[in-house]
Amino acid sequence: MSKRERDEISGTETTGHTWDGLKELNTPLPRWWVWTFYVTIIWALGYSIVYPSWPLLTTNVKGLWNWSSRGDVAASLSAAQGAQKEWLDKINAADVNAINADEQLRNFAVAGGAAAFKVNCVQCHGSGAAGAVGYPNLNDNDWLWGGSLDAIYTTIQHGIRSTDDGSTRDSAMPAFADGVLDATQIDQVANYVLKLSGNEADEAAATAGAQLFTDNCASCHGADGKGMRDFGAPNLTDSIWLRFDAPTKENIVAQISKPHHGLMPAWAAKLDDATIKQLAVYVHSLGGGE
Amino acid sequence: MAVNEQLDSTIEQHDAVAVHSEGKRSTPLYIASRKVYPKAVSGYFRNLKWILTAIFLGVYYITPWIRWDRGEHAPNQAVLVDILHRRFYFFGIEIWPQEFYYVAGLLIMGGVGLFLITSVAGRAWCGYACWQTVWTDLFLVVERWIEGDRNARIRLENGPWTASRVAKFLAKNAVWLLIALATGGAWIFYFADAPTLLKSFFTGQAPFVAYATVGVLTFTTFVFAGYMREQVCIYMCPWPRIQSAMFDENSLLVTYNAWRGEPRSLHRKKALAAGQKVGDCVDCNACVAVCPTGIDIREGSQLGCITCALCIDACNEVMDKMGLPRGLISYSNTVTYNDNAAGKPTHLKASTVFRPRTLIYFTVWSLAGLLMMMSLFTRERLDVNIVPDRNPLYTKLSDGGLRNGYQLKILNMKQQPLTFRVEMQGLAEGSFAGDGLTMVSPREATVNVEADKLKNVKIYVTMPPNTVKSESSELAFKVTETGPEGDGESLVTGTVFHGPKVK
Repeated sequence: MSKRERDEISGTETTGHTWDGLKELNTPLPRWWVWTFYVTIIWALGYSIVYPSWPLLTTNVKGLWNWSSRGDVAASLSAAQGAQKEWLDKINAADVNAINADEQLRNFAVAGGAAAFKVNCVQCHGSGAAGAVGYPNLNDNDWLWGGSLDAIYTTIQHGIRSTDDGSTRDSAMPAFADGVLDATQIDQVANYVLKLSGNEADEAAATAGAQLFTDNCASCHGADGKGMRDFGAPNLTDSIWLRFDAPTKENIVAQISKPHHGLMPAWAAKLDDATIKQLAVYVHSLGGGE
Repeated sequence: MAVNEQLDSTIEQHDAVAVHSEGKRSTPLYIASRKVYPKAVSGYFRNLKWILTAIFLGVYYITPWIRWDRGEHAPNQAVLVDILHRRFYFFGIEIWPQEFYYVAGLLIMGGVGLFLITSVAGRAWCGYACWQTVWTDLFLVVERWIEGDRNARIRLENGPWTASRVAKFLAKNAVWLLIALATGGAWIFYFADAPTLLKSFFTGQAPFVAYATVGVLTFTTFVFAGYMREQVCIYMCPWPRIQSAMFDENSLLVTYNAWRGEPRSLHRKKALAAGQKVGDCVDCNACVAVCPTGIDIREGSQLGCITCALCIDACNEVMDKMGLPRGLISYSNTVTYNDNAAGKPTHLKASTVFRPRTLIYFTVWSLAGLLMMMSLFTRERLDVNIVPDRNPLYTKLSDGGLRNGYQLKILNMKQQPLTFRVEMQGLAEGSFAGDGLTMVSPREATVNVEADKLKNVKIYVTMPPNTVKSESSELAFKVTETGPEGDGESLVTGTVFHGPKVK
């Protein structure tokens, strides 16, 4: 071996490499660093055998443990489902009223229903279930098709005017402007409806509208205008309006002349029964449940 | 260096080199660490350290096993950090997660306490109380017991691997490992019922995290106290770096009184006979040989010194044999040192402990403590939160009235189930209702809350038509303990009632 040169100032050996007169000091790596480095190499070898590693043309080496991130998620999901199974089994076995009566089951159903609501229902009813114009507010105590647990459960199952469910809730208000009533008569009925809900109305027109209401409207909305849930006919005497914010005559005339009809999908084909039950309990818990 | 025959024959000259000497550490950046072989010593500070070590180890191992009767609704372990149920028990005190500021208060006391101790007595924490010091001391006892004292250990390690050396090596490491296991093992008992966990730990039924914790702590104890020792203090711990900012000229530090010791002389008698000026230091290196961090205190105050004061004991022993006064190495401060160096013989004044700086630290420390005590003894064991719904803010009802929803949270922090009366205050026309409430009147209800539990009730406040005059009106709920168990504690919690914008 040739004699190693030592740097005079630091007393450290040089590597013998020289660039433009500059010499490199041979400062060895600390032992712990070198050994850690060797250990990481061994670790990497083991890791690439056990876990997915080398890319191939269409796939990759799966590794001895056949681990995958998708499999990991699936395992977590089934573990979560397994943890809920005890409760879901009870919910499947009980009817909505029994679920609501059991404190623990009710808490589970309200939480699960809230989660399912956020995925499936908020698009129309809003994240606070407060609805919008044309989409019912589920917090209030005014129900078109009934606010009991059973009624809510049926509505969610079969929907409203859903085209793909034979048992769907269905009704249609005729367009009275299509030759049933003339413009004056519609105006008179509108005045009567305003009066029913305690709003300002033209007394003379409202009086004339009363008879027209009995002839044309009472069969669905009731003689007293309080609505009929069998037909989903709204109560016209209260403060809650589905089709507009403010009960003006123009708004009411427009609805009588050419009514809008809401549509809600039937969820029985899309969600499992336990989820629908949880949704029903959740909606019922929002404060307006009957 | 050989034993010097000039020296008093009773004084051993130690062949000791300060491996962590300030002057020698600057050479290469990376060198294999040189081992420190601390020599056994006896004396006042060694005894003090034995007593403190026994107390600290005793407290650490015994605490989780102390029982404390809290009735049927809470665990009966005196000190328990119940992470699963989010509770911390300390004898008669129970802390809920939202009362974590007590722990913050303890940390403040710990911090200011360290400032106080450091400004008074330097690194007293490092030298006497730090677990690194305590466990290293314990491991050293084992090492001396099996392999002998300093010289025997050096001889053994420089010699060949004989059967006896292998046996000693295995025995030493086995005992260390057992102590490390007991150390890591004791830690987990602070987090679960100790007897139950001990049983499940040895039957393999304990949770994985228990085994992992024991594993990690066993490993760190074994490595830190057995092999890394002073390197933890010198290279890893941030505390030595911080505290030099906390010393002042009145802080007590382990000090080599160079004004008395220098010029040091191996040949004291000969030099005295020749009429030369000699100091009291006989350069026996005893202070270096006993140092657990491998420094030479005679180089002055330095990072590596944990102020364990063992060099004081070692030096005093030598001074006694030499017939010289004790205290060549002593607890001293810069003021005293400088006065003596300047030729004014001065003794350490006890009054230097009471100076503005330490008094301020002490005041802050005791204020924090007193405030915590006061708040602990006067705190309510009932808390109420009312969170108004934000979506929707309000709901219009069919009669034109308005309704707001709230989450009412009643925290019964007592160890018994209680019944609470909930009364609505403000908004005189309003009423409320909620699931789980027993209504007494439209504005009053009762609710049962389990011991040591939070009850979450959804309540709805309803206002009749045309009674809400503002976009946001104030109301409050008064929650009162009732029934034979309750002692009438009550809380009024305010909230708001939202309505539509008033045009």
